[in-house]
Amino acid sequence: MKLNLKIWRQENATAKGKMVDYPVDGIDGDMSFLEMLDILNEQLVEKGEDTIQFDHDCREGICGSCSLQINGEPHGPDKLIATCQLHMRSFKDGDTIYIEPFRAKAFPVIKDLIVDRTAFDRIQQAWGYVSVNTSGNTVDANTIPIEKEKADESFNAATCIGCGACVAACKNASAMLFTSAKVSQYALLPQGRVEATERVQAMVRQMDEEGFGNCSNTGACEIECPKGISLENIARMNREYLAASVKG
Amino acid sequence: MSVLDSKIPKGPLKEKWTNHKNNINLVNPANKRNIDVIVIGTGLAGGSAAATLAELGYNVKTFCYQDSPRRAHSIAAQGGINASKNYQGDGDSDYRLFYDTVKGGDYRSREGNVYRLAEVSGNIIDQCVAQGVPFAREYGGYLDNRSFGGVLVSRTFYAKGQTGQQLLLGAYSAMNRQINRGKIKPYNRHEMMDLVLVDGKARGIIARNMITGEIERHSAHAVVLASGGYGNVFFLSTNAMGSNVTAAWRAHRRGAYFANPCYTQIHPTCIPVSGDHQSKLTLMSESLRNDGRIWVPKKKEDAEAIRAGKKKPTELSEEDRDYYLERRYPAFGNLVPRDVASRAAKERCDAGFGVNKTGQAVYLDFASAIERYGKEKAFTSGNKNASKEEIIKLGKEVVASKYGNLFDMYQKIVDQNPYETPMMIYPAVHYTMGGLWVDYNLQTTIPGCYAAGEANFSDHGANRLGASALMQGLADGYFVLPYTIGNYLSNDIRTGAISTDSPEFEETENAVKERMDKLMNANGNKSVDSYHKELGLIMWNKCGMARNAEGLKEAIEEIAALREDFWKNVKVPGTATSKNAELEKAGRVADFLELGELFAKDALHRNESCGGHFREEYQTEEGEALRDDENFRYVAAWEHKGKPADAVLHKEELVFENIELKTRSYK
Amino acid sequence: MGGFLNSTIARKFAMALSGLFLVLFLAQHFSINFISVFSKDVFNEVSHFMGTNFFVQALLQPILIFGVIFHFVMGFILEAKNRGARDIKYVKFAGNENSSWVSRNMIYSGLVILAFLGLHFYDFWFPEMIHKYIESHPEDAARYYDELVAKFQSPVRTILYVVSFVFLALHLYHGFSSSFQSVGWRNKYAKGLRGFTKAYAIIIPLGFIFIALFHYINNL
Repeated sequence: MKLNLKIWRQENATAKGKMVDYPVDGIDGDMSFLEMLDILNEQLVEKGEDTIQFDHDCREGICGSCSLQINGEPHGPDKLIATCQLHMRSFKDGDTIYIEPFRAKAFPVIKDLIVDRTAFDRIQQAWGYVSVNTSGNTVDANTIPIEKEKADESFNAATCIGCGACVAACKNASAMLFTSAKVSQYALLPQGRVEATERVQAMVRQMDEEGFGNCSNTGACEIECPKGISLENIARMNREYLAASVKG
Repeated sequence: MSVLDSKIPKGPLKEKWTNHKNNINLVNPANKRNIDVIVIGTGLAGGSAAATLAELGYNVKTFCYQDSPRRAHSIAAQGGINASKNYQGDGDSDYRLFYDTVKGGDYRSREGNVYRLAEVSGNIIDQCVAQGVPFAREYGGYLDNRSFGGVLVSRTFYAKGQTGQQLLLGAYSAMNRQINRGKIKPYNRHEMMDLVLVDGKARGIIARNMITGEIERHSAHAVVLASGGYGNVFFLSTNAMGSNVTAAWRAHRRGAYFANPCYTQIHPTCIPVSGDHQSKLTLMSESLRNDGRIWVPKKKEDAEAIRAGKKKPTELSEEDRDYYLERRYPAFGNLVPRDVASRAAKERCDAGFGVNKTGQAVYLDFASAIERYGKEKAFTSGNKNASKEEIIKLGKEVVASKYGNLFDMYQKIVDQNPYETPMMIYPAVHYTMGGLWVDYNLQTTIPGCYAAGEANFSDHGANRLGASALMQGLADGYFVLPYTIGNYLSNDIRTGAISTDSPEFEETENAVKERMDKLMNANGNKSVDSYHKELGLIMWNKCGMARNAEGLKEAIEEIAALREDFWKNVKVPGTATSKNAELEKAGRVADFLELGELFAKDALHRNESCGGHFREEYQTEEGEALRDDENFRYVAAWEHKGKPADAVLHKEELVFENIELKTRSYK
Repeated sequence: MGGFLNSTIARKFAMALSGLFLVLFLAQHFSINFISVFSKDVFNEVSHFMGTNFFVQALLQPILIFGVIFHFVMGFILEAKNRGARDIKYVKFAGNENSSWVSRNMIYSGLVILAFLGLHFYDFWFPEMIHKYIESHPEDAARYYDELVAKFQSPVRTILYVVSFVFLALHLYHGFSSSFQSVGWRNKYAKGLRGFTKAYAIIIPLGFIFIALFHYINNL
């Protein structure tokens, strides 16, 4: 099929960017979206032009590197997938496709479609862990039985791939879904409860400092999350945070 | 005596590690504060090593090419992690895990290393649970296990089909704690370009800031390479697009021996190739073989009809199906080790029984598992007279709870519903057992340069069992390397900070810049990817699942010629002073073009079949691998001498004192 | 408290609490207004009580005014931060694919309601003040009903009221249920509660519309 791509090009963080048209031809429905971009880049190399830079790595939807806003939606029109799992069979011959970087003040553009998501790393560095030494002097793993339902719920929260689609989809560029997934993973486990108060306060503080917007409960993040992380996590984080504030 | 000293401690197998830990030198906490360690790669091995080293008090700098340590490709591991906890009470023990691993590796690994791995395996699980890794649990609240290929016990811990992700996020969280303490300084979007040696010791690296293109010098008292494997030498593999051999290869060129490069694991359950546009292959966890049954049509005409789209697999009756693994290996059935399963699939497809348009695929069928689970579920929920539909519905629910995410992934890629029709799978390059040669302390042949995880060669021999890689990565990182490195660093307590102004740094930096200029200015007309694809094709056809001397000799020549052409005719657009994916790829492919040749050379010299290395000349009448323990019971470690063709072979004899060498049989 | 209110979650919590308080007030306001549909005397009586009772006037009224002001001022503050959080806008943004129009445009429905409050104060509250605090307008315990009815003679005002109530419905449709999420109240009753909030968001404004139209039509 033939497609008309409109792609954001921006030389570097300080340069001004713009949308540029790229027609492509001979696209097969079995190709992934990124393979389609590979073909376009191959053509650019032949012409000696700088290729379109985009983040990608595992190409199986788990590393969270890929980050495109496709036709106004993070990771494109299909749900519960990352861009690398989007296949061209979701588009029709002759379609115009808008490809933009994830937009947020806290995610500045590095080049073309690549954005800087280290804000997420800093949120996790704030207290996104259990303070346990890794040198191996812990109790036997089966010492603490954990309710299966809680363990599963914790796992579901922990499947977040940190891609930033929640921020990209949110009209407020809020990072509440991301932050709450991490807070929830630990809040649901006895190992994590010990520092739950400090954790939620530190992580929310960092999230605010990064310049993300507020949550206005539109639910867009949950719909666009490639892993289907639930809004329930945000409610839980709100609870955790408010309780922590009361405790001081 | 060989120049290679494996430094395996004396004494009985079970006491080696404990004795070693008791006898190695330690660095006192105050001195650790004055010692810097560089860690390349932030996957399971690198991330966990960085965390523990920092926790012990060293100043750690981590480097990864991704935008965050959390994205290292360990994250994509699906199935699970082995540990000899014996929680299931099915007779597991450290010895049994050790035995299975050595046997699985076709007796080409070191006893001492493997036993240590088994010994610390249980501790990994304790550690991860303490860190809040949400492993799967049973209703009683205790940890659940499943079984994996090549073993007869259930010792695999898992978190649905995302075990690697959960373990890596655990290691990353431990890193974050140390970053927050200021003990780890993370350099993300940085690629190691070369290793700097001062007085023969690894004392730092030259790195490229991938955003600004700046070439940076970083010094340390020791350098740990945890940069993963080199499966991408095949272009198509289950590795991430960015996975590369550059860090290991640069160290190799600086004097680290490269061991067993030809030992490559071809994983049996991947989604088949769909066309020329394909950029990577996707794995379907081996855990699927717990419940899925592998088959091809019994009659060729059925296979042909299926390929032509005239027949559907579900239309074939039981009698018309050939469950070839169950037929050939009744004891292990669908759970034979990966190398055996892969070769069996290739054998059937080569014989003309393959399915899919290409004929390069076999079926992995869940119909009987769905029925079995459905009946069980109906029975336990009190519905003793469940109808067929009810059973199927319940069975699908159970299968979805076990493998849901894998099934979804398959459906997204292939556009077929695996609950209704069997999955199609085919083997693909997945893991490389070869890597930098290391001694018992995980030190390479360069003093101060260590290698951990897939980047080293140490524990898996010629073939890796499922769920062992995660175990090895974390064992190396959390529990082994942070101690053994202390023995080396104890000599450095008076060294003080390493200067980056030395002529050695200057020279190495210039060499890196020169190489990049050469790539930028080749000004040919062929893209980096086109070379990579060509290399991949040579590798797959001549160094793939089955190899022969003739093909390997051709491969050596073809790769050398391709490499020469690459440096003349490659085209790298853009600039070196900004984010430039083409330039990044070019540097990596240039190294693959050297490694590929060494790979073929190693495969050619090893006149036997063992594990993932199958030489067509050396097989039994039944088509099984034929080992030659007399002549090849050694680790082949190659020393760089200018170019791959001139590499010099060093042998480390493998000594088996606790295990009797047998022909592997899974019948 | 100032420090607490710097965090996004606390601000949303405060927004939710003030919102919930206003929702309660709406119910009370509606019930009294609805009396006007069937009994002039009772309506006058209740209105007089509300207008003269010390507790209502000196305690509840300031709280209400504070609640209203807080709610919209905080709304503006949050909106400003939200807009700043995405400095460069998307060329194409497909918001409808993942969220409802009402949830994304609370600021606009809110602004309409704020404008309406201006009109509403002009219509009722300021005249009330005049009655209470200026000698020339003596107290009259039976004036409320007639004043109310008189306001709905004008078709323009009636239309303005009706339109405003539609926006109130939109605002409540997202805001009421959203406030429970903001305070972290999400459990097995959440689904039922959600149904209730949605019903409330439609029924109460519809009731106000009914009252307005009822008096307008009676005036014809």
